Amino acid sequence: MRVTVIDYKAGNLTSVLKALRHLGAEPVVTDGDLELVESAERIVLPGVGHFNATDRLDSTGLTSAIRDAIARGVPFLGICVGMQWLYAGSSEAPGQPGLAHFSEQCEHFPASHQKVPHVGWNSLEVRNGSRLLAGVEPGEFVYFTHSYKGPVTADTAAITQYIVPFAAAVERDNVMGVQFHPEKSGATGLKILSNFLSWPAKGASC
Amino acid sequence: MLTKRIIACLDVHDGRVVKGVRFVDLVDAGDPATQAARHAHEGADEIVLLDITATHEGRKTLLDTVRRTARELFVPFCVGGGIRSARDAEQVFEAGADKVSINSAALADPLLIDAIGRSFGAQAVVVAIDARRNPEASDPVRDAQVFVSGGRKPAGRSVVEWAREAEQRGAGEILLTSMDSDGMRNGFDCELTAAVSEAVGIPVIASGGAGTVAHFADVFGRGKADAALAASIFHFGVSSARSLKQELAQAGVPVRLPC
Repeated sequence: MRVTVIDYKAGNLTSVLKALRHLGAEPVVTDGDLELVESAERIVLPGVGHFNATDRLDSTGLTSAIRDAIARGVPFLGICVGMQWLYAGSSEAPGQPGLAHFSEQCEHFPASHQKVPHVGWNSLEVRNGSRLLAGVEPGEFVYFTHSYKGPVTADTAAITQYIVPFAAAVERDNVMGVQFHPEKSGATGLKILSNFLSWPAKGASC
Repeated sequence: MLTKRIIACLDVHDGRVVKGVRFVDLVDAGDPATQAARHAHEGADEIVLLDITATHEGRKTLLDTVRRTARELFVPFCVGGGIRSARDAEQVFEAGADKVSINSAALADPLLIDAIGRSFGAQAVVVAIDARRNPEASDPVRDAQVFVSGGRKPAGRSVVEWAREAEQRGAGEILLTSMDSDGMRNGFDCELTAAVSEAVGIPVIASGGAGTVAHFADVFGRGKADAALAASIFHFGVSSARSLKQELAQAGVPVRLPC
């Protein structure tokens, strides 16, 4: 099963590719070949680092190709900064727009006595009906490392508590995002990636 | 709730896991890929591989070891030892590491922290500090000193100040090893760990001295550590991360369970 993985030069793709291959998928990487997005069966947008890096998606034309693919119903998964990009933007890079598939903004954790970044294994409170998180039991742990987060809204598929409740996962129709790193979250993370890979590809014959 | 991490540490020499006391008297403790997989399977929250080989051939062996170890590892994986440039770091990331730990190279050229952080993100940069209390100072803990060369040479820096600088330059975590406690199994240096943890806003991983479950509970409590490293306690089947975490949970420490 082919998965188009978007490389926008924000950190290292090795772990994501390794996890996808482990689950039997065939990842193909593009850093600007739009044909690979236009013909994509499913798309993963990873990303660690700064929200600023997403400007490369605009300058390469990937943003509009991804927008079209999403409109065609292609399953899409954003990871970490890749999830934050699905929102309108992030206070980490105020001039840099996101895809605005979800209309809210990502914000820095509020000041508190607790450390930021939020690094480590934290638990998921999965909301009813999430297909991405099907089979994830209450309190299962996943690995986070981030300083910015999306707000809890009707599209939130799982909530995690750190300083405040925030969106650990977001999901609407074929568009999904996870703030944590499923490729680094042991068996729970692999189950979530596997759910994404079993999502019916648009136009797939069955 | 964010849990306290138990990190399994593999000291690797010429492609084999080794364990010694205070970096000497090394004993063979197995194959790194096998050991890493076993620790992850037995509930370790993260794996750190520290290469203590200094030779050029050893560096090539390391990349092979990292590649082999990373292949079937789906928990965070940090690699340290001999990373002297952003290019060295890049090779280790390409081989499958999620984070690099840098120590003496960062002391020699602090800009290395900025460079790796810019290219790969702060979450990928762990600054390792080998620390000793300063018995001659009026406050031996606050004035603890950084050491290099496997703990043999003083670097002329205060531990707390260096940790602060590393954070400002873009380190994502501090790995603090007490050279006074390392390998002794008498407990972590909780006072030193707390001093560093309170001085920075990034997570601090405590290392050196683990011998019992109570030592871990102590460093998470009194030591204010966000994570703790264990090497000798896990080798030779002494204990597993899972049994350690089960006992910690009973002592009221938040840990990832079941795992």
